[in-house]
Amino acid sequence: MDRTYLPILLLLGFVLVNAIGMIALSHLTMRLRPTPVKDTPYESGIPPLGDARERFSVKFYMVAMLFIIFDIETVFMIPWGAYYRELSCTTALVGGSCPAGAISFFGLGEMMVFMIILLVGFLYVWKKGALQWD
Amino acid sequence: MRLLALAGFAQVEAGRTLDLSDPASLSFAIMPELVLCAGAMVMLLVAAWRPEGAAHSRRVALGSMVVALLSLVAVLFMQWQGHAAGPGPIAVDGFRWSSDVVFLLATVIAIGLSMDYNTREGINAPESHVLVLLATVGMMVMAGARDLMVLFLGIETMSVAVYVLVGMNRRSARSAEGALKYFLLGAFSTAFLLYGIALVFGATGSTNLSVIGGRIGALSMGDSPMLLVGIALLLVGFAFKLAAAPFHMWAPDVYEGAPTPITAYMAAAVKAAAFAAFLRVFIEAFGHLYESWHAAMWWLAALTMFAGNLIALQQRNLKRMLAYSSIGHTGFLLVAATAATSQVAGAFLFYLLAYTLATMGAFAVIIALGTGEHPRERVEDYHGLWTEKPGIAIAMAVFMLAMLGFPVFGGMGFFAKWYVLQAALDAAAPQFRLAIMLVLATTISAGYYLYVVMVMFMKPRPEQATPLPVVGVMSRAVIYAAVVVLLAFGVFPDPVVRWSRNGTELRPAMPPAAALPVPLGR
Repeated sequence: MDRTYLPILLLLGFVLVNAIGMIALSHLTMRLRPTPVKDTPYESGIPPLGDARERFSVKFYMVAMLFIIFDIETVFMIPWGAYYRELSCTTALVGGSCPAGAISFFGLGEMMVFMIILLVGFLYVWKKGALQWD
Repeated sequence: MRLLALAGFAQVEAGRTLDLSDPASLSFAIMPELVLCAGAMVMLLVAAWRPEGAAHSRRVALGSMVVALLSLVAVLFMQWQGHAAGPGPIAVDGFRWSSDVVFLLATVIAIGLSMDYNTREGINAPESHVLVLLATVGMMVMAGARDLMVLFLGIETMSVAVYVLVGMNRRSARSAEGALKYFLLGAFSTAFLLYGIALVFGATGSTNLSVIGGRIGALSMGDSPMLLVGIALLLVGFAFKLAAAPFHMWAPDVYEGAPTPITAYMAAAVKAAAFAAFLRVFIEAFGHLYESWHAAMWWLAALTMFAGNLIALQQRNLKRMLAYSSIGHTGFLLVAATAATSQVAGAFLFYLLAYTLATMGAFAVIIALGTGEHPRERVEDYHGLWTEKPGIAIAMAVFMLAMLGFPVFGGMGFFAKWYVLQAALDAAAPQFRLAIMLVLATTISAGYYLYVVMVMFMKPRPEQATPLPVVGVMSRAVIYAAVVVLLAFGVFPDPVVRWSRNGTELRPAMPPAAALPVPLGR
């Protein structure tokens, strides 16, 4: 059984040697001739303007947070959708569908509870004015 | 049909064994948590619906207290009914209900104290009360979790809410520093915990505590390195959450930075919840491997007792002193945990109630005497308190003596220490050396508890001292109620002893009679 993990070990070794090797080789072979232009940070070809450590509005942070919350929602909904039939059936599925009389409210109810909780969060965010840019 | 079954909850006869695979029974088993969750969401909407203001904040606080009390009624109802549960992700036993009572009590006190504190400090955040409720939901899930995944869910629900609460005073740099430190170390400890859970799952093939305990018992897995490393990582993760030495460094800074009611809440309830989950995991799931983890726990207990109490001697800031004192108390409770008998849970719950009342009372005094310009967190601020506010000075003395474990005047505190010692000495493997250390550490703690009492009664009030404020209604209620309860149950401890021992025993899970499937990798 242990042998099945051998390729992973090899890959790990290769990655390590490769990563260290590239950095070490470039350090050993390079010729250091710095100029002021070379020393400036790379900004996709545009000359850099000012310091990178600049204050920016907390609004961006808010948008990022809201994005994560509503993004995570999808992470839960997709597996739920894939298993909806199984969740709404009190017995095992017969040929991919639920036998008559065994259909339950559980699958739908579960998602409804989740959606209500999410809705409460959404209403809170909305009422607090986090969705308004100004 | 399910809805009808849900409506029929009240007719469930007492002492039934709930089948947790049925959604309706499972919902019934987590009814107090559901009540609290639903109430918290309603209060969140109430908090958001009106513009911010002190009056609105008070309304939300009162509403949140009502929600916590409703949940408390649900807990007491469940405890009175005395149900048991079949195999499942959540335990239905006295230990869970009794722990929940302590958490909810601490919640009500913390919200009450926040009302006074937030008005005074100008923290206009009605959400803070709702966050306390949500943190309590996590705690109650932790106390009941019989599955490592459910436990993890509870820990996260609690921790995320508390991270925010610590930083609630957003104009204070201290508060922000505390919140960031707590967040980073909390995330760090969660990683330990999660890795431990993964390894335990890998070794035993289950995350359910009963199944893990059963398999460990049946297969005598004491030599499995994966399992032992998993247990060690879980121990480290829990030690961080408990603030046990040498994993306690974050506690004083966070306790000092957090708004004082939240500090009280953390010192009492957050610690209690971590302990409840810790005890259940280590006794129910790993009880058969006592020999393997006993030594680690022994050192943790010994180090924590001495580190907490010795460093507390150095402190001149009362909040920091109480933070280190709470580390010391963690050590005392770990002594009981090291004994790991079925009595431990009873001793733990009694200690918890006494400690919660004394700690929250002491923090209530700090809140009551502080003002925006003069936080009055230094010991010097308490010089001669007796001459200005005799009632508060006596109350503070009772809290200090209760934490010290002084007989009669310390009320329940004395019996709390007594039962912990008894649990440690009556165990199958008696902890004589730890018991001696506990007494020594308690003697050390007298050095700072009695110092506070001494300065209040024997030092003169400094001439240039600014006049003390009028004590807020809620702080006053909390302080005197805590004193009365501590002293009354210190004289008549029987009801609390019965409450703490009624059906609260934790036992290592026994392997089921049927043949077990052999987990992978063995």
